[in-house]
Amino acid sequence: MTDTTIAAPAVATPAQRLAVASQAQLVWWAFRRHKLAMAGLVITVILYVIALVPGFFAINDPEAQNARTPYHPPEAISIRTPEGQWQWPHFVPERLKRDPDTLAAIYVPDPEHAIPIVLFGHGYEYKLLGLFTTDIHLIASANPREPFYLFGADRLGRCVWSRLIQGAQISMSVGLVGVALSLIIGIVLGGISGYYGGRTDFVIQRVIEFVLALPSIPIWLALAAALPQGWPATYQYMMITVILSLTGWAQLARVVRGRFLALKTDEFVAAAKLDGCSEKRIIFRHMLPSFASHIIASITLAIPAMILAETALSFLGLGLQPPTISWGVLLREAQNIRSIATAPWLFAPGIAVVLAVMALNLLGDGLRDAADPYNK
Amino acid sequence: MSNPMAAEPIAAGQPAEGSTVLTVRDLVTHFPVRGGVVKAVDGVSFTVHRGKTLCIVGESGSGKSVTARSILKIVDAPGRIVSGEILLDRPNGKAVDLAQLNPYGRDIRRIRGKEIAMIFQEPMSSLSPVHTVGDQIIEVLRLHLGMGKKQARERTIDLLRQVEIPNPHIAVDRYTFEFSGGMRQRAMIAMALACNPDVLIADEPTTALDVTTQAEILDLIKRLQEQKGMAVIFITHDMGVVAEIADEVLVMYHGKVVERADVETIFHAAKHDYTRMLIDSVKRLEHKSEVRLKREPIPENRPPVIAVENLSMHFGDLKAVDGVSLSVRPGETLGIVGESGSGKTTMGRCIVRLYEPTGGIINYRRPDGSVIDLVQAKGDDLKAMRQQVRMIFQDPFGSLNPRMTVAQIIGEPLLVNGIARGRELDDEVSRLMQQVGLEPAWRERYPHAFSGGQRQRIGVARAIALKPQVIVADEATSALDVSLRFQVLDLLMRLQDELNLAFIFISHDIGVIRYMCDRVGVMYHGRLVEMGDAEQVCNAPTHDYTKALISAVPRPDPRQRSLASRHRYIDPNS
Repeated sequence: MTDTTIAAPAVATPAQRLAVASQAQLVWWAFRRHKLAMAGLVITVILYVIALVPGFFAINDPEAQNARTPYHPPEAISIRTPEGQWQWPHFVPERLKRDPDTLAAIYVPDPEHAIPIVLFGHGYEYKLLGLFTTDIHLIASANPREPFYLFGADRLGRCVWSRLIQGAQISMSVGLVGVALSLIIGIVLGGISGYYGGRTDFVIQRVIEFVLALPSIPIWLALAAALPQGWPATYQYMMITVILSLTGWAQLARVVRGRFLALKTDEFVAAAKLDGCSEKRIIFRHMLPSFASHIIASITLAIPAMILAETALSFLGLGLQPPTISWGVLLREAQNIRSIATAPWLFAPGIAVVLAVMALNLLGDGLRDAADPYNK
Repeated sequence: MSNPMAAEPIAAGQPAEGSTVLTVRDLVTHFPVRGGVVKAVDGVSFTVHRGKTLCIVGESGSGKSVTARSILKIVDAPGRIVSGEILLDRPNGKAVDLAQLNPYGRDIRRIRGKEIAMIFQEPMSSLSPVHTVGDQIIEVLRLHLGMGKKQARERTIDLLRQVEIPNPHIAVDRYTFEFSGGMRQRAMIAMALACNPDVLIADEPTTALDVTTQAEILDLIKRLQEQKGMAVIFITHDMGVVAEIADEVLVMYHGKVVERADVETIFHAAKHDYTRMLIDSVKRLEHKSEVRLKREPIPENRPPVIAVENLSMHFGDLKAVDGVSLSVRPGETLGIVGESGSGKTTMGRCIVRLYEPTGGIINYRRPDGSVIDLVQAKGDDLKAMRQQVRMIFQDPFGSLNPRMTVAQIIGEPLLVNGIARGRELDDEVSRLMQQVGLEPAWRERYPHAFSGGQRQRIGVARAIALKPQVIVADEATSALDVSLRFQVLDLLMRLQDELNLAFIFISHDIGVIRYMCDRVGVMYHGRLVEMGDAEQVCNAPTHDYTKALISAVPRPDPRQRSLASRHRYIDPNS
């Protein structure tokens, strides 16, 4: 029943539009029908916007410690007064007190001094896109002396929400940079392997098998442990991405080689050869567009693996080091039983990781299904 | 279902031949798609009689396969039977409506394979590659008839003997990949016949096979049907096969029955235009086309544009092409006919240098009279040669890059050879599209917007874009329905006369060759066994293999059934 699958988009869109639809349009139409993948796309876009301008979405300075707010619990945004009247969104600050009996530190709400929340208000100063300095934030406390802790605070009284937002920058981009590196190695080696075949293919395939056989976590640990502790954060960051992509490229190289081999026998490639196309033109004009969509799908599925790897390394203390902020580094705060008992909100970065990985996986699955609108 | 069906004795009370065994009434099967439904089967009714063959014939997309699958309730998801009755009359006089049964239930499972068996088109994918042939048949016997291991094995060997598989006691332990296509289909038939079904559904069982193998399989089904008195529902697109085996014919078009009659009426007094069109398109292939009969013969002394001498293409030990010599003159069509594995496609690909021949000479005479050996051509010579000797591919779907518009596909050879660009290229593409009968306004469309026949026209336009001397057409019409086949063949002949082209026309279809070609070469195991005038080779062949090949082609006339008296060829080397 190939006819029905081809006819499916025809019913949804006018035949005239379908006739002149390019591959990208067909992929987009097929993708749009995939509800979960669309949700994944929306979440992924939001996460990357946040990663681009974390300062704008943060509330308090993620680095700033506050001796008066260790393990400060999360504060909700409320739109009602205790008397049940409507009020502009505000929060109720909590004050650190001692329990008179046990002498334990407790937080007591102070409903008398409800503080309004300001949209596009002023807060700490940060550099937007690394270009210009500003202090505008999406939301801010009306009173700069009363910080607003949406997700609570950690052991040193630092705002978990703001650190989470700041961590998104590193964690989300590690995936991108790492995959970009693997992609370059993967496409070059996979392409050579698939196009030339023979002995070259044999050698490259054995190398790929060797790399895939390496146990990745011990290798990462060993390499990461070899990094000098004194290096600046940016160096460390670059080296971590290199380490992650050293093992990540092999899968991509396999995908690329497979597509090359499958396409080489397609009649339209033979036709292009007979049309007099040069080898370069056959590869770049005729073959590459045919598997570009597959590669995009593979990349999308490779990013979450990178994010997880970075999180795992940093969590074990061998990836990025404080004061650099990434989700893995933040999760180290939640390593001991005390934090689970007293401050479960320290797990928020874990939820962020799950959300990001799920969204990217759904997006990648949807892309893979939609990638080839012709062969179903 | 209170009566235990599995225990029914096969021989007891065999109902009379000709009694009704299956009645289908107003069957409707739908495939829901986004924004609507595809009515794959839309109100089909027919009856099947014991010992008789009902042929369901139609072109691709007519719903003939879905009808067959609906009977056994194995329609692919999301398709489902919407309404209608499928009554199976049991030998004990009771009837059961299959349409009401749960497709996963025990009742339908007992019917499948036992009372109604099915053979599929692709013998490779319909048998399991990881089980031996014997195991697969034994499983059927043990499931449905409750036989013991030993007894089932004896019966399996017996079945394999009945379907004429040589050395059945050895073949029973073979895997399917050790069998040829014809042998696999025989094993499939043995499996289908294991429980002596009342009805055998054969869904294009010979489409993937060569004509000589097809003739043997048709023979076998016929003989087994006579022995066992079962009813056969035979699904095919080939009117020749219909004429050869059918008692009754059901012609389907777009999910509806357009005509239902006995085979004699269908072929000699068809009422519906569509039926007549189907039969005409096969009957026309019985003769040379009128355009070619009217044409002046090509002068004998015209020098050949391509002269192949002793061409060889060896892949290791396999001699795919083994010392082939042939020639073709300008304006002439040379047909190359052969079965799968005969090396005809490899030879065609050698001539356009998609493969590097391992030996021989291909002399090409340029329009200015100079001669060049294409086997040795390199660099600029090869580039120039590729403009002069072009190819039309078999697969109208795979041979067009789906990521390029029609204008880009047709214009590609003009662009990369620096012949035209910009506005000039656009005009030339429009002219070419008109020449092959396509609307130039469609040039910004992508190949997916075109039907199979239109796509093949795009392929033709691409081939003639460079004003070539020679075109190698490899099974150019095999993937098309009969009604479209003519349009493309007629187009090719018109272009030949307009451009004085020489065609090397490779096909497995004798009819197409007879219709189109001036001379024919017959290939068998990499060698050219016979070469001569098309009329002579098709009507009075001299080589034994050609005789076998030609006589195995079913004639589209039930009054001239000839398969039983066909010529058989035994390869002296095998």
